[in-house]
Amino acid sequence: MTSTLTGRKLTGPADTSTPTARRGIGVGWLFYLVVIFFALVYLFPFILQIGTSFKTDPDATAHSLNPLPTTWTLDAFRQLSQVDFPLWFTNSVVVTVCVTLGRVFFDSLAGYALARLHFRGRAAIGGAFIAIMAVPGVVLLIPKYLVLVQLGIYDTYFGMIIPLLADAAGIFIMRQFFVNIPVEVEEAARIDGASVFRTFWSVVLPMARPAVITLSILSFQGSWNELSHFIVSAQSPKLYTLTKGVATLSSGALGSGQQFPLKMAAALLMTIPVAIVFFIFQRQFVRGAGAGAVKG
Amino acid sequence: MSVDFGPSIEQNIGLAASLSKGPPNNRKGALTKGQGKAGWLFVAPSVVIILLFLILPVLASLWVSVSDWSGKGSPLSAHWVGLKNYDALLGKPSLSQKNMATSYRNIFYYVLLVVPLQTILALILALVLNRQRLRGKGFFRTTFYFPSVTSSVAISLVFLFLFQASGAINAILAWFGINGPNWFADPRGVLHLILGGLGVDLNNPPAWLTGHKFFSLTWWDWVAGPSIAMCSIIILAIWTTGGTFMLMFLAAMQDIPEDMMEAAKVDGATPWQAFMRVVVPALKPTFFLVITLGLIGTWQMFDQVFILSQGAPQGTTLTPAYLSYQASFKDGKWGQGAAISFILFAVIIVFSLVQRFVMRDKKTISRRHRIATWEKS
Repeated sequence: MTSTLTGRKLTGPADTSTPTARRGIGVGWLFYLVVIFFALVYLFPFILQIGTSFKTDPDATAHSLNPLPTTWTLDAFRQLSQVDFPLWFTNSVVVTVCVTLGRVFFDSLAGYALARLHFRGRAAIGGAFIAIMAVPGVVLLIPKYLVLVQLGIYDTYFGMIIPLLADAAGIFIMRQFFVNIPVEVEEAARIDGASVFRTFWSVVLPMARPAVITLSILSFQGSWNELSHFIVSAQSPKLYTLTKGVATLSSGALGSGQQFPLKMAAALLMTIPVAIVFFIFQRQFVRGAGAGAVKG
Repeated sequence: MSVDFGPSIEQNIGLAASLSKGPPNNRKGALTKGQGKAGWLFVAPSVVIILLFLILPVLASLWVSVSDWSGKGSPLSAHWVGLKNYDALLGKPSLSQKNMATSYRNIFYYVLLVVPLQTILALILALVLNRQRLRGKGFFRTTFYFPSVTSSVAISLVFLFLFQASGAINAILAWFGINGPNWFADPRGVLHLILGGLGVDLNNPPAWLTGHKFFSLTWWDWVAGPSIAMCSIIILAIWTTGGTFMLMFLAAMQDIPEDMMEAAKVDGATPWQAFMRVVVPALKPTFFLVITLGLIGTWQMFDQVFILSQGAPQGTTLTPAYLSYQASFKDGKWGQGAAISFILFAVIIVFSLVQRFVMRDKKTISRRHRIATWEKS
């Protein structure tokens, strides 16, 4: 209901914003109004979130539209430190670091092989990887659990980390980059007697730095925000990651009341690491957007 | 620019073509020596992980969906029950069937609203940012894209707060004299409400609608539309993904040659005409990509339901993905859960094929062009 309303309201002014729009003063003014409206729609929820995490419970419920607390308090953060929040945070860091390092390494290896090495079955493997990208991840929820149990790594860090270590989309990001590096560079190294791995590790990989950064960021963001895989790969509260732990907050695991400051503080803290990386590496995020979306 | 994006689905065809062509420089025989072993060693870790956690699970799950496995012991020790699990869902009327029908009704309205609206929003945001003389372009781009990199858990919690009964959204609605609903707790279907507004008695709906059933769900229930609770999730989804797809449109717009726009201007095209005749056709491949990704993503919706509603209120936010999780992990009906996920798999494939067919390229030239640009990279 509301969404169709906004949809209609917005198409009007946006028509004037095509690249050829007349640059009259009136149009320009209207145009900025539209941009600022959207910016508010996108920013205000975050502003409200930050403000609310410093509020008291009654204040948060009574003045839900006012981002400024009547009385500032750190109660929400104090409460979080008393529940398992620090543990969840540590688990998220461990899993994210392992997944990111492993994924960058394995994806680069496979990407390099698909781009440069001549071996039988290369086309078949490449084709299989493409087909795999089309499998909807959610279909794998139950089956992944089955396999993890059979392998005896259900409810362990291994079960949470290993299945995330390779992904077809990442392999293709790397492959695409390696294809663009001039072959002559490696040939020089090979003629000098370097092994295939040595050539890859010391010559080619350093040249692929932009791609490695892009992939690291995608992996970092993907595994930090991952929820469904952790739901099916572990159950012990000791292995809760931030996403899983904070998700239990929403169903009122901490007891009665709505406790919005607590929830907003939890959401805020779990967003900060991604936000920092995002602001530092914005360009790489933009670059990886397409590939990231493929994975859903 | 588009080179920087990973392999998109539309490019896969081109990629497959280039892969099957074989090694690009066979001439250097001496240097390629020993690469056979190295090649396999390099791809081995990824191949093993994908085999173990993608291929094997799918096969295991296929087996479970035709077995009576109860969640205990090895699935291999379970008994073959044929298509019983599928029959319970698709065959005779039952509670399981009703739940599945409800989840499909819900996700159907969800996809129907989210995919077009998020595409339009992404396009509008991109058009706004593509304007040449916009101050603070980087700031706005960051702002619109930021929700896309944030965790679905964090975003969902924020929306839970915004859409609570006395929350910010209802406070804003109150400015306009609207008494907002209790969003996440409201099971009323939007289409039912509209019908109610048109004079249909909601407590006593027409008998020809309540009297007929389709997959255990009355026609009246099928036409309920998304519940108000589902609408909150729909708004969340549009708001979050708008930024991701905006970037794709933006990249494609920057590839539109400036002189094409100039030519349109010289020919006296209005901005609207220029938009419809130059920009939209040039963006066709991007529309295809955005809608494909949108469809695949929306059909699988799981996280938000898990975090926000667990299917409540009255099952109106139940989705097939969540139902399959619930049937297996909560109710212990593993066979049925697996069957639900395979039915979803089939539905996603069918819809992707239909969409491919509807949006197929009538001009083969542009496909060839795409392959060419891919191979150049």
